[in-house]
Amino acid sequence: MVISMEDVEHVAKLARLYLTKEEKKMFKRQLSDVLEHARIISGIDTSDVEPTSHAIPLANVAREDEVRPSLPVEEAVRNAPWSEGGAFMVPKII
Amino acid sequence: MDLIEKDALTLGRLIARREVSASEVVEAYLNRIEKVESMLHAFINLSGDLARRLAAEIDEKISRGENAGEFAGVPIAIKDVLSTKNFPTTCASRMLENFVPVYDATAVEKVLSAGCVMLGKTNMDEFAMGSSTENSYFGVTRNPWDTDRVPGGSSGGSAAAVAAREVPWALGSDTGGSIRQPAALCGIVGMKPTYGLVSRYGLVAFASSLDQVGPMTLNVSDCAALLGLIAGHDPLDSTSIPDEPEDYLSELNGEIRGLKAAVVKELSGEGIDPDVLRCFNEALDTLDACGVSIEEVSLSSFEYALSAYYIIAPAEASSNLARFDGVRYGFRTDHECDDVWEMYDRTRSEGFGGEVKRRIMLGTYALSAGYYEAYYAQAQKIRTLIINDYRKAWEKFDVLLSPTSPTTAFRIGEKIDDPLTMYLSDVCTIPVNLAGIPAISVPCGLSEGLPVGLQIMGPPLKELRILNVAYALEQSLNLNMRPPI
Repeated sequence: MVISMEDVEHVAKLARLYLTKEEKKMFKRQLSDVLEHARIISGIDTSDVEPTSHAIPLANVAREDEVRPSLPVEEAVRNAPWSEGGAFMVPKII
Repeated sequence: MDLIEKDALTLGRLIARREVSASEVVEAYLNRIEKVESMLHAFINLSGDLARRLAAEIDEKISRGENAGEFAGVPIAIKDVLSTKNFPTTCASRMLENFVPVYDATAVEKVLSAGCVMLGKTNMDEFAMGSSTENSYFGVTRNPWDTDRVPGGSSGGSAAAVAAREVPWALGSDTGGSIRQPAALCGIVGMKPTYGLVSRYGLVAFASSLDQVGPMTLNVSDCAALLGLIAGHDPLDSTSIPDEPEDYLSELNGEIRGLKAAVVKELSGEGIDPDVLRCFNEALDTLDACGVSIEEVSLSSFEYALSAYYIIAPAEASSNLARFDGVRYGFRTDHECDDVWEMYDRTRSEGFGGEVKRRIMLGTYALSAGYYEAYYAQAQKIRTLIINDYRKAWEKFDVLLSPTSPTTAFRIGEKIDDPLTMYLSDVCTIPVNLAGIPAISVPCGLSEGLPVGLQIMGPPLKELRILNVAYALEQSLNLNMRPPI
């Protein structure tokens, strides 16, 4: 196995996913399979190869900083599961 | 006149000449949907009433002699990953089950302003992650050629809808083959344009450096026409290419004599079904007869493309999907939560399906401290090698060829429990996305009653060239493929 149960739990925490015991076991096996396959790329000498950031290179794109109308508050909160007075509501943070 | 057997260009002409009304066309397709949709489940949400109203407005405009748009009254289906203003956009996820966008995607806005009438939003793998449309929260789509089989994915709903004549054409999105592979498996034409040719504004992001919107159509002329509608610079997408697009439709002539083509060895040998290869090779003979010279080329870095892709795409997805936290839009857990952290974790676990969670986990792992260099950074270097291999090939060849998919449509359930086997369905289509180049899948025959697709790849912004090769092949093969449904 490429990854351990501790790895799965650590990654789930980073990804903000709550996983059941069964899911953890399944992901441990499946992620190990995929990463095992992905390992073939680690053997290739890429010491003088630049990584790709954009496949089709474009120059920096900038525009004038003009004042334009933005999304009205009612629209912005329209899809929120819980909003009050134009604010997004969440359970307590601290 | 059997309207549902016409292509989109013909329908557009018939309506413009007032030989048939937009309402008659829309009604014919809604009847067809009524008849076959229960067998296929190509759509997540239908917009029949809206379409009828729009068609009536178009008919009125036309009767007053007003311009109602280049494709006024021509029905279209939109993959449910593209934002449609005031109409649900779910990405086939519980996370967005009740999400109603406040703006249209640019590609959607463009087809609507040309007068196209949307009949509904099509089914897909959740957040476009999958190759079979089995990963939809709303249930699988079935292949019109054999309803026990998958339509491919992730744009399986769009492919099935077009193949079954529920709409004459549709929009899809392609991150690793999600337009071309289902097009091949359903026997239609599908194109992934050059990265940046079509705006991604309003396309719900999966892997931003790979995603591209594209046409899915009955034939190559419609593909050229629909690409012409959606292509072009958009200030709302900073990766949008500023150049003026070519005029794809008016320059579509099938003149390909003297072109140099090469079959990519790494995409057309080991792992490809022998009968798919037989079909592919017969189509090569046809291209040869059209005056195209065909050689073989080895692009050795392609052996690593699948591995690099399944690091890069999940890495980008893990970052893009961090926005789904149950705060600003979408699903939130009903579970009583002690604090916001528990709310995030439970919302994401209940809102995302298995494949999406798997890719978020994979991507998070590949980007995490200690593994970033070995996986993500190395994958981005492999990507450079693939781009370089393509560049070398373009010095000698005008287009590159391969089968679109290693197999024909597989059975529902056949690969769903084995992610790695499922990922191998994308082996022929993935290098194209990694290099940002255009490619088209065009039907090239049947294998045991199921469609086979041939993939034509070209250099960046050479859409017209690959369209012409596809057009010449289509005209010479003259297949007239029609599913039994």
